[in-house]
Amino acid sequence: MKRKTSHILAAAIASMTLALPALAEEVKVYNWSDYIDEELLTKFEAETGIKVIYDVFDSNEVLETKLLAGSTGYDVVVPSGTFMSRQIQAGAFQKIDKSKLSNFGNVWDDIAARTAVYDPGNEYGINYMWGTTGIGYNVNKVKEILGDDAPVNSLALVFEPGNMEKLAACGVHFLDAPTEIVPAVLRYLGEDPDSKDKDVLAKAQPILEAVRPHVRKFHSSEYINALANGEICVAFGWSGDILQARDRAAEADNGIEIAYSIPSEGSLLWFDMMAIPVDAPNPEAAHKFLNFILDAQNMAAASNYVYYANGNKASQEFLVEDVIGDTAIYPDEATVKNLYSTTSYDLKTQKFVTRMWTKIKTGS
Amino acid sequence: MFNPRRLFLILVPYSWLFFLFLVPFGIVLKISLSDAALSIPPYTPQFDPEGGWAAIRELFSGFDLENFIWLSEDNLYWKAYLSSVWIALVSVLLTLLVGYPIAYAMARSSEEWRPTLLMLVILPFWTSFLIRVYAWIGILGSNGYLNQLLLWSGVIDEPLVILNTNWAVYIGIVYTYLPFMVLPIYATLEKLDGDLLEAAEDLGCSRFQAFWLVTVPLSRPGIIAGCFLVFIPVVGEFVIPSLLGGSKTLMIGKILWDEFFSNRDWPVASAVAVVLLLILIIPIILFQRQQQRAQEAEQ
Repeated sequence: MKRKTSHILAAAIASMTLALPALAEEVKVYNWSDYIDEELLTKFEAETGIKVIYDVFDSNEVLETKLLAGSTGYDVVVPSGTFMSRQIQAGAFQKIDKSKLSNFGNVWDDIAARTAVYDPGNEYGINYMWGTTGIGYNVNKVKEILGDDAPVNSLALVFEPGNMEKLAACGVHFLDAPTEIVPAVLRYLGEDPDSKDKDVLAKAQPILEAVRPHVRKFHSSEYINALANGEICVAFGWSGDILQARDRAAEADNGIEIAYSIPSEGSLLWFDMMAIPVDAPNPEAAHKFLNFILDAQNMAAASNYVYYANGNKASQEFLVEDVIGDTAIYPDEATVKNLYSTTSYDLKTQKFVTRMWTKIKTGS
Repeated sequence: MFNPRRLFLILVPYSWLFFLFLVPFGIVLKISLSDAALSIPPYTPQFDPEGGWAAIRELFSGFDLENFIWLSEDNLYWKAYLSSVWIALVSVLLTLLVGYPIAYAMARSSEEWRPTLLMLVILPFWTSFLIRVYAWIGILGSNGYLNQLLLWSGVIDEPLVILNTNWAVYIGIVYTYLPFMVLPIYATLEKLDGDLLEAAEDLGCSRFQAFWLVTVPLSRPGIIAGCFLVFIPVVGEFVIPSLLGGSKTLMIGKILWDEFFSNRDWPVASAVAVVLLLILIIPIILFQRQQQRAQEAEQ
């Protein structure tokens, strides 16, 4: 009996070894959902022979928890600037070896100067995409409900209970990200959006509680499809996601017209940075991936696909007019002046804001 | 007398309990006594295995009950615990109401049919739980199949809002946990001696009385097992409320997620988990004690 089992075991092990392919080199990338043209990954595999394992997330919080737990197994991750700055402090990343990035010269100085706020000297990350947080809306539905002078260019559309009450029937989604919504409310109230003062932060609560009953869902990725197929008519979300919704609706030819507006009060300007975790299994391949992304044509292909602006100056000549010519993606100078950025909350402030957010969402 | 065979038999379940319950619980308890910090992993103090005794002493001196005090000071946590227990109780009742007739019908069907019926109950497990819950989004949505059917048949004029409400959560839970209720009840009903029912009827019971006075009490172990199998996981359920429920659905699983992910406060998250475990385990132990005593009294 014993001999028989050992035979079976040996056979099983033999067949397992046979089934395993030759060990190919891999690079494991953890990026936001709907954030790349997948053909680029195929191209990278063809050029380098390195297999890309690609995973996605839809909130900075999920990425941060994985990074702080350690041993994520990822070689490239894409946190937003505010989150990245404290992850750097926690020692989550390794410095990028710029000598391995032959395309580093393509970086756009203006953007690099702004991201240096989070990552002094830009030692740990390169900018992938940047964008704004604003209002996506179904042009005809909103006009039908609020009339021709609907305040689609103002935060009043989503923070004024009178407007939201009317819009509730056709559906409104907000990002489930207090670090995006609370600064917007503060800006709307004329306060400093980057305030860490509890008394100032608390001013956002009554505004949000007043519109809360009219928000169908707080979610950070469902609104792309929901806008595109007409389930909702307004979303407070990220620029490129809303423009992707516009595109999907146009492709589906379902008569739904989606538009994005940067509110006149100003909007959050954010940066998503590609970085290499300190314990990345294959930092060599990670550098190759970053260099591939820094290539002007590859970066342009990514932006042309996801409708987000990038931090790559050289890529701009390869961008289609739809992207480089759209002020919703590459805002004009006057608009840029009106944009604001935020810095990360410390633990106490973070807890205060999350608690307030839970109270707003659940009523308790 | 020392009996290696017997020792081995006891060792297996106890080492299971030790490695898969006590050790992880010890780790969670340890984290719940520490403080959040900006580091990897994000709490302090951390145990340095090379430090020897000094390190252990330092570890213990860093422990405090601050996180448990924090939990007691904010009524959010109690509301979430209560709301989770309430949702779990309603779910247990609903699965019992739906599951018992299914189990009963299965047990009363002819013997050649039983394996097929049993198979049908287990079949959904062959598809990922996540995909099955996701499918309900397509069924319950305002443009979903259910609303389309109801609109088409003229039962309603306006689509019903079911998705993102507690209704959807209950539907998802009952659907998902039904087999856990059906299987133990079926197991007890299948073994039920038919002669007992005949005897009851001979002694003047109506069919319903026979069912109520004989079948139900004899299937009690199955009912109790089924109720626990549904109640315990539903209290901590996270996936179903987050996919089908609205932002208003308050459950402790969601609070745990917030503490862990949004606040990156592992110590408070661990404290929430420890309290959750106590809330579940203490009533169950008390219940079992009471059962045991009742049994002893009968003998």
